[in-house]
Amino acid sequence: MEARSGPYSFRKRLVELKKIAVAIVGSGNIGIDLMKKIIKKSEYMELKMVAGIDKNSEGLRMAAEKGIAVSYEGVDPVLADGEIRIVFECTSAKAHLENAPKYKAAGKTAVDLTPAAVGPYVVPVINIDDHLDRDNINMVTCGGQATVPIVHAVNSVCKVNYAEIVSTISSKSAGPGTRENIDEFTETTANALEVVGGADRGKAIIILNPAEPPIMMRNTIYCRIDAGKSDGAAEKIADAVKKRVEEIRKYVPGYELIVPPILDGDKVTIMIQVEGSGDYLPKYSGNLDIITCAAMEAGDRIAFRLLKGNRDADRKAGDRA
Amino acid sequence: MSRIRIIDTTLRDGSHAISHAYTPQMVAGVAEALDKAGCGTIEISHGDGIGGSSYQYGFSKFDELELIAEAKRNIVNAKIAVLLLPGIGTVKRLEKAYEAGATTVRVATHVTEADTAHQHILYAKKIGMEAIGFLMMTHMAEPEKILEQAKLMESYGADCLYCADSAGAMLPDDVKRRIGLLKQNLSIPVGFHAHNNLGLAIGNSLAAVEAGADCLDSTLMGIGASAGNAQHEVLAAVMQKAGIETGEDLNLLMDAAEDIVANYLNRPIIIDKYALTIGYAGVYGSFFLHAKRAAEKFGLDARDILVELGRMKTVGGQEDMIVDVAYRMQKQKHAEKTGVEL
Repeated sequence: MEARSGPYSFRKRLVELKKIAVAIVGSGNIGIDLMKKIIKKSEYMELKMVAGIDKNSEGLRMAAEKGIAVSYEGVDPVLADGEIRIVFECTSAKAHLENAPKYKAAGKTAVDLTPAAVGPYVVPVINIDDHLDRDNINMVTCGGQATVPIVHAVNSVCKVNYAEIVSTISSKSAGPGTRENIDEFTETTANALEVVGGADRGKAIIILNPAEPPIMMRNTIYCRIDAGKSDGAAEKIADAVKKRVEEIRKYVPGYELIVPPILDGDKVTIMIQVEGSGDYLPKYSGNLDIITCAAMEAGDRIAFRLLKGNRDADRKAGDRA
Repeated sequence: MSRIRIIDTTLRDGSHAISHAYTPQMVAGVAEALDKAGCGTIEISHGDGIGGSSYQYGFSKFDELELIAEAKRNIVNAKIAVLLLPGIGTVKRLEKAYEAGATTVRVATHVTEADTAHQHILYAKKIGMEAIGFLMMTHMAEPEKILEQAKLMESYGADCLYCADSAGAMLPDDVKRRIGLLKQNLSIPVGFHAHNNLGLAIGNSLAAVEAGADCLDSTLMGIGASAGNAQHEVLAAVMQKAGIETGEDLNLLMDAAEDIVANYLNRPIIIDKYALTIGYAGVYGSFFLHAKRAAEKFGLDARDILVELGRMKTVGGQEDMIVDVAYRMQKQKHAEKTGVEL
């Protein structure tokens, strides 16, 4: 990652110029939470439009109140707006499969928060740099954002043969989309444990707990490692995981290591809790918060890249003139 | 004489009792004996349902698909059922179980989360399987809540609805109120799945029948998670004495239990202090062996862990919380003893 601050940093000077215009498509819980985050916290993005289909939705009402352009007719106004460079898809996998080619044709980068997985899986702390120029990236699942980086960290010091994760979330924070197609969660997360986390084989389990008050999102990560190969594996793993947690906390402030790595033979057990930022959704919705945090981090990185591109183009134009 | 359907789950819930170590040979023996005794439905899966083989719940010694296929080869009349917990098992896994020979699926959710079963029930019906909705931990919810969730499963196309006392925590009156309300309001058959943590598995099964239940679960020798289930051969005897037909041969069931299943056990199925704590605290029965192991590893009393898990209102499948709780208890204990935080 490049340096984030410093009085004369390049980044700061860029932002003074202009932010990248972005749009959110989908005005449900995820869309609203992301809207609040971008308005409040984004360094390089300016939210220009929120698109939905329900005139009475709270999300569209809130966006209008904040003076943001609102579309009640879905994505067409977003596509027609040439200034908008990045679109956050907060609808459903089905809707994104329809929208993705349209975004691409309109020259916009799609950050997909649905399980559609049109583009490659992105977990910012691991691989955003590899995908800054893609026209479509996928944010995996909430469980994937919480657990894949840990498997990746363990795998960086000891080969992970098998990674298994268990995400437990409060019933209240599991929306109808998750419930209706719970297999999408387990299959997508398991796949990302392999493709992005580096495990030879991945398995994911999700549990809903209805206890009141609602529980925080918790994740248990089990890894089977090639323990024979490495001396001092326990310490190396503990260090790698600790470092990784600190990196994630930079964009997911409520991310916490509650049980540091326990090594038992070739099995490593690690537990993570995610408390939401409470931007719009309650703090127990850490599962929703982590995916909007990750999407915003990815969006900011892409926006920064685009700003740099704009500047280079301006320079070239200046040279010619 | 009224008739009751008995589903035998020796090869699924009983799998917990032997840490999911069933071999094809063991399964063949049990399935063949049950089929000969006239048992109509035999459930086979990892204890936590298809796809349950994991660190979280324990790895199966043999792939359950292989076990299903082996059972299929050794039965003539019985149907094979599998258990599927949404969030653990998937439609893809179900398809494989169906190909291996299962024709019934029981889709099991926590008592308040029935809507997570939608896609699995729909799929089962689409490919022509019998789909049974299975609500777990029903002692944690009022009868009205259970009915609301049962109606969801019925609306998805479930052919039958089970109410499970997964912690063995209910008294006969609790069972009657739940089954009674379901019978009054559902148009599909209703079943009851008992556990024996309070010594009431048979008594509660009888209470369920009195309240109108059409189906009951049982296992040979009563083997199952923690204190085990309603003992199949005993249940068959009790039903006969109560004038209820099960279509089974009592002697053959007794033989299957003693001549076959008894040989598989490395511990007696009794209500020990931990199993009793599970029933008393209302904790998921499958936590039993995991809590005992964690207690040993962290130098604690398994009962303290189980009671804490009950207080936290954990649900089925949260086996990872056992290590979490044990880890925190050990830390706290150490801090109290030495004044030093670990």
